Amino acid sequence: MADCGEPDGPGNKDDITRSKNEGKELTKEEKQRLRKQKKHQKKQKERKNEKGPSETEKDKTPVSLLPPPQPVATQKAPSALPAPASAPIPVPASAPFHSSPAPSPADKPAKSKAELKAERRARQETDRAAKQPGSSSSGIKTKVPLSELNPVVKRLPEHVQVDDPAVVKRLAKKLERQQTLPYGASNKIPLRSDYGYKVSLFSHLHQYSRKAPLTQLLSIPSTVIHPSIVRLGLQYSQGIVAGSNARSVALLHAFKQVIRDYTTPPNEELSRDLVNKLKPYISFLNQCRPLSASMGNAIKYIKKEISNIPSQCKEEEAKTKLLTCIDRYIEEKIVLAAKAISKYAIEKISDGDVILVYGYSSLVNNILCEAFEKSRKFRVIVVDSRPRLEGREALRRLVQRGISCTYVLISALSYILPEVSKVFLGAHALLANGYVMSRVGTSQIALVARTYNVPVLVCCETYKFCERVQTDSFVSNELDDPDDLMVTRKGKTQLENWQDVSSLGLLNLVYDVTPPDFVDLVITDLGMIPCTSVPVVLRVKNLDQ
Amino acid sequence: MELQAVLMAAGGGSRMMDLTYNTPKPLLPVGNKPLIWYPLNLLERVGFEEVIVITTKEVQKMISTDPKVKLDVKMKLDLVCIQEDADMGTADALRHIQQKVKTDVLVVSCDLITDAALHEVVDLFRAHNATLSMLMSKAHEFTETVPGQKGKKKTGEQRDFVGVDGTGKRLLFMANEADLDEGVVIRKSIMRKHPRMHIKTGLVDAHLYCLKKSVVDFLADNKSISSIRGELVPYLVRKQFSKSTNSPKVIDETHQNLKKNDSNVNLEIQISSRDEELLHLTQERSCWNDHRGDMSDAYHGGRLRCYVHIMDEGICYRVNTLAAYIEANRLAPKLFDEPAVHPSAVVSERCLIGADSIIGASCQISDKTSIKRSTIGVSTTVREKVKVTNSIIMHGVTIEEGCNIQGSVICSNAVIGRGADIKYCLVGSAQRIEPDAERTNEVIVGTDQLMEI
Repeated sequence: MADCGEPDGPGNKDDITRSKNEGKELTKEEKQRLRKQKKHQKKQKERKNEKGPSETEKDKTPVSLLPPPQPVATQKAPSALPAPASAPIPVPASAPFHSSPAPSPADKPAKSKAELKAERRARQETDRAAKQPGSSSSGIKTKVPLSELNPVVKRLPEHVQVDDPAVVKRLAKKLERQQTLPYGASNKIPLRSDYGYKVSLFSHLHQYSRKAPLTQLLSIPSTVIHPSIVRLGLQYSQGIVAGSNARSVALLHAFKQVIRDYTTPPNEELSRDLVNKLKPYISFLNQCRPLSASMGNAIKYIKKEISNIPSQCKEEEAKTKLLTCIDRYIEEKIVLAAKAISKYAIEKISDGDVILVYGYSSLVNNILCEAFEKSRKFRVIVVDSRPRLEGREALRRLVQRGISCTYVLISALSYILPEVSKVFLGAHALLANGYVMSRVGTSQIALVARTYNVPVLVCCETYKFCERVQTDSFVSNELDDPDDLMVTRKGKTQLENWQDVSSLGLLNLVYDVTPPDFVDLVITDLGMIPCTSVPVVLRVKNLDQ
Repeated sequence: MELQAVLMAAGGGSRMMDLTYNTPKPLLPVGNKPLIWYPLNLLERVGFEEVIVITTKEVQKMISTDPKVKLDVKMKLDLVCIQEDADMGTADALRHIQQKVKTDVLVVSCDLITDAALHEVVDLFRAHNATLSMLMSKAHEFTETVPGQKGKKKTGEQRDFVGVDGTGKRLLFMANEADLDEGVVIRKSIMRKHPRMHIKTGLVDAHLYCLKKSVVDFLADNKSISSIRGELVPYLVRKQFSKSTNSPKVIDETHQNLKKNDSNVNLEIQISSRDEELLHLTQERSCWNDHRGDMSDAYHGGRLRCYVHIMDEGICYRVNTLAAYIEANRLAPKLFDEPAVHPSAVVSERCLIGADSIIGASCQISDKTSIKRSTIGVSTTVREKVKVTNSIIMHGVTIEEGCNIQGSVICSNAVIGRGADIKYCLVGSAQRIEPDAERTNEVIVGTDQLMEI
């Protein structure tokens, strides 16, 4: 979820423009490569001041640097170097190897690609010779079993490694480094601590308590973090702003305030400084509630827009440009996309339909309301689940419009399905392998619907498409406050002292993934596509950008 | 900047004139620190860097020379003076500093002693985009005997009726018994929107308010409101449910109404902010609602919202009566970690000082004295064989030998003659108690004070 939102080094525009100009498609590995190149260059710049330019540097984390996009044949040659797993070399070069940092950015435009490649290969040879005895020492992450076809995960995101103390320490240090003002320990972004016993299968995820907000650790007239971001973080953690679209819009709204109040410090450029200013805010929001895929994409977009501001642009101009960019993004990706999706979806709703919806999805609600206005005759069955009980809100909004609804809990699903003619589901994100990530319980609905041969339609805007790949709900998820599962009836709360019972763990999952076999159609603003076409859309989207 | 702190230190202490006729209320010593130190310390701990202090000229002079305030308080104090005889209410004072107020304000009273977690109040203010957010606490019965009180404690204190919704956070109703003629009147519009309301009476208002900037601007236009607690807060609470603030289309009519100089209108216009449509879009797409059971949107579509945080446990006192003053002196030591006996006090070895007593700086405690559950002020001299129990001795007092002081309040610079037996008395400032006097349950003040009303 939060992969896309991770802070990158300051963009090396030349690299991107070079790749763009070549007209080559940027696949996932290539984008990873580019990202790592940039990160490495940034580290290189920092170290240049301390030591002299060194060819072989021991990085703290292994950085894999693959050659720039080339025809496949030449890729095979460098990947003939021994890898920790001496499996047959996969075709799109994904074998990891240690390499030295990229050439300094100043040299890049001057040298041609072939020269760079030769340089790099030479360095790799020397590296390999030097590092051979101790090659596996720093490769913690490379112990992850290599898959032949998929690129290896070089670094797991920190939010799924909560049970590793080293990672937690690293996160704390990263927050320290991100302090916005150069002085004082009180200017750090606080670290939110986990709460309660975590079920062992999910112990690698964060679990926070709503009663311990992050604002406890901040000073009250918040100077470190912009007030509108503090307000947003509070609204996220208390659930006042919930739902993928609402969170993205609120995020962009807060960023608009930040940009309005921003002034460039002297000797700094807006394009670089503003991105650095946003990083601690994003860490803060991440701690209040883990970022969603849509938010991650929105952040990526904004960062790109900010870095693309030409340096001779005046501050006022730049700010108005950014504000209009944000408005346009919201208008295009959210509002107009919803209209387009409604248009397509209404074709699929016929008179006499019984439509099943699950929980609250702003998009599906929108579709149903528009269909009703276009005088389609249908009725709705709203399925709801604890502890969030979001279906009540969906029910309220539909009934307010005059649509006749039935309300059941998810345990009654198989009783009600024989009546249903279609299932409309919303999505939190669509993953690159066609899996749908949505509210927990969605995969159950899709499964049972498939058993009853009821068509399942997922509605999702394209800005929620995510490049992650996930096949189960364990590896990356969100754990909500376990105290939400406690129910008070007639003044008695049975689970009040659940922490005292050592063998009891409360698990409040938020998301789950639905395999594409259960989904019949995905309705996006680009049209109606099958679930397996999601990577195509992603590729097309990247081309556009 | 998110919030500006405003400290109201111009009050006269009208309910404890015996103590305040010589020392202004903000400088009354509580636990050997001036009363104003406590809210300032609270603000500083929470992270404020500057405070606007509204006070009188007299207090301003004394604050600038007071060592405690100067040394301990690292914040920047912006002292604004108002005329003492102008009889300004707290809202009038806010109007006075309207030019200085650039963002939302946090108004604190100088007589608040609390260890509340302020972030709870401010979080309500931020998360719900509230117009008003305040702090209240469950009232504790005062157990100490109040000197000079004749007979049982009268429940003359007018009760406050506070109505909150099911979550206990949203403020629905607030009225003081004095304003109600016959009974508690609750409008139907409130009952329709919030059918379940909890009405509480045993609450102490901590006089800590977070107000939006638009409220301060509104005050500037409406000169009829003079007290925050008495008039502004009930007005805002009532306005939450008034029809004119709820329908968005009223905004067009309000432009026409401007000429009529309707006060309701001004508040409505000032509430709307920039990017209103994005906020509206967010609320539309979000699946959160603050209530359930009816067909309305979150907050019933209301733009004005008032919230309250009610503290269950913890210290929260408003030192505006003698009983509260005494209670606060008992509990103040728990709020800070300074040693009970000041290092510069000269305490002889053969005296018994209880663990819960505080001895101020430069004191002289002689032999064979016994000090239990008491506070001894700065530069006080206590001679031999004195027994001080349950009392508050302020600065510069001299207690001669053999005195027995119990449950009393001795104000600054008083002199208690030898062998005097003072029980449950209040000895005013610079008074002399003749030797071998026996006073019980009296208020001993100077004749000039008796002339004041």
